[in-house]
Amino acid sequence: MNIGGSGFAALFYKELLRFWRVAFQTVAAPVLTALLYLLIFSHVLEADRQVYGVPYTSFLVPGLVMMAVLQNAFANSSSSLIQSKVTGSILFVLLPPISYAAFFWAFVAAAAIRGLVVGLGVWLVTLPFVPVAPLQPWWVLLFALLGGAILGALGVIAGIWADKFDQLAAFQNFLVLPLTMLSGVFYSIHSLPTFWQAVSHYNPVFYMIDGFRHGFFGISDVAPEQSLAVVAACFAGLALLTLALLKRGWKLRT
Amino acid sequence: MPAMRVAVSFAGVLKRFGAFTALDGVSLDIGEGEFFGLLGPNGAGKTTLISCLAGLARVDQGSIAVLGHDVVRDYRTARRLLGIVPQELVFDPFFTVRETLRIQSAYFGLRRNDDWIDEILHNLDLTDKADSNMRRLSGGMKRRVLVAQALVHRPPVIVLDEPTAGVDVELRQGLWRFIRRLNQDGHTIILTTHYLEEAETLCQRIALMKRGRILALDSTANLLARFSGHALVLQLAEGQCLPEALRSCCRAVRGREVELALERLDALEGVLAILRQAGVTVADLRLQPPDLEDVFMRIVGVAEATP
Ligand SMILES: Nc1ncnc2c1ncn2[C@@H]1O[C@H](COP(=O)(O)OP(=O)(O)OP(=O)(O)O)[C@@H](O)[C@H]1O
Ligand SMILES: [Mg+2]
Repeated sequence: MNIGGSGFAALFYKELLRFWRVAFQTVAAPVLTALLYLLIFSHVLEADRQVYGVPYTSFLVPGLVMMAVLQNAFANSSSSLIQSKVTGSILFVLLPPISYAAFFWAFVAAAAIRGLVVGLGVWLVTLPFVPVAPLQPWWVLLFALLGGAILGALGVIAGIWADKFDQLAAFQNFLVLPLTMLSGVFYSIHSLPTFWQAVSHYNPVFYMIDGFRHGFFGISDVAPEQSLAVVAACFAGLALLTLALLKRGWKLRT
Repeated sequence: MPAMRVAVSFAGVLKRFGAFTALDGVSLDIGEGEFFGLLGPNGAGKTTLISCLAGLARVDQGSIAVLGHDVVRDYRTARRLLGIVPQELVFDPFFTVRETLRIQSAYFGLRRNDDWIDEILHNLDLTDKADSNMRRLSGGMKRRVLVAQALVHRPPVIVLDEPTAGVDVELRQGLWRFIRRLNQDGHTIILTTHYLEEAETLCQRIALMKRGRILALDSTANLLARFSGHALVLQLAEGQCLPEALRSCCRAVRGREVELALERLDALEGVLAILRQAGVTVADLRLQPPDLEDVFMRIVGVAEATP
């Protein structure tokens, strides 16, 4: 796929600038929310509770970081698209000779970057309360990037599909939120009944979070290589689908 | 236009929205360097035709090419050759005017475009708004930024879909001076407007559209001559009436004022002769030049009567 000179750099830069201009809403607000989660959970739960032999609050931090990465990656591409569709300024990217592949990668890359920036913010603000550092930073970065890219691509689909803001909210509330909440952000799936453990294995977000947490503690519910394979396959599938939709001009070109 | 290359070619373009046919087989060639007018009442299909040209809408039948490049198969080249000023007033609220233009340049692969951006801003009288956020501009200013955005990559074919709606008189003239200059430099201009006198003075050739079809296509001068011609307005003296022989070319009667249609200017002699013969005294007399509004009403009105 030829990206150079196809409008990728310009669109990527524009998408970064867009969320950075309103960083208070797009970065500071989700960081604060994650910090509140951590403070409340650690307050209501007993101090000596442990998962994988690490204190629960430490176990919680990577989950919160990854949740922030995923939700903000989704929010970035989906809200940028719906906003420009509703205002009509989507024209400005539909008129120039931007290839559909460049369009896809620009939105996905910017979404992943927003996810990483917010994730980093969450980790930094929780550090004074619950100091946790990754044992294997490469796993952490890899899963954060891939997870952000997957949710970014999902956000592209949702943003193009939705005609109104409340349709997008439905997509977020009935798909993205349950998938992330029920993926083991707040618990190890080994603590679940066997049936629900089995169900969790069909949730791709479970592998993203499990692999990500492996980077922190070196322990996980499934092997990180297996998680990586699932997550990478997921991204490939979603990327192919999104590219096919964009190539057809689905809902963007009448 | 014998030696002219074709800038934009529509060949049998058919476009449906569900069961509704918005473009019903439009065929039209616009020559390179032309200043072309696309006119028609609301809902005629002008914007739809432009959307198909720009790749915003896909045709169901037929094809469109820009300087020989098919807008579907060779979309990247075709879009590089086009500058479109959309009808809707849209803007990106996150950026300033200059940022908007820089980003738009970058979409076309232009990294350093500030000299040209400055020139456009100057010509559209936007220089002192360059660093204002888009949200803070008035409607007319936002429309001028849309014009600027369409020009950042110096497209050889410029399409303006009602660019002067909501723009004040002074700036409208400034805008036309700039667009005319671009046309003299060889840019092809395609314009839609509901200000007919604008089309009359600017466009060399005009297509009149209605219900997705082209009803008339000719040079502005020919259209005016064919469908309007001059009008002779007579002020008859007290107690006089129009001779029988002139009833057939009478267009309107307003009290003692009578408007006669003149197919050609040299028909004037004959009319005056008839008046003299009939002994009718004329208190006042004036000649009205052909008028595009008149042409428009005739062609569009005729189409109304024969669906
Ligand atoms: N996306 C769409 N879906 C359904 N119908 C459409 C769509 N776009 C345009 N139409 C219809 O196609 C017809 C032509 O519309 P178009 O916007 O091309 O008219 P126009 O000549 O530009 O009119 P105006 O002078 O008001 O701008 C109209 O009847 C309009 O309702
Ligand atoms: Mg229109």
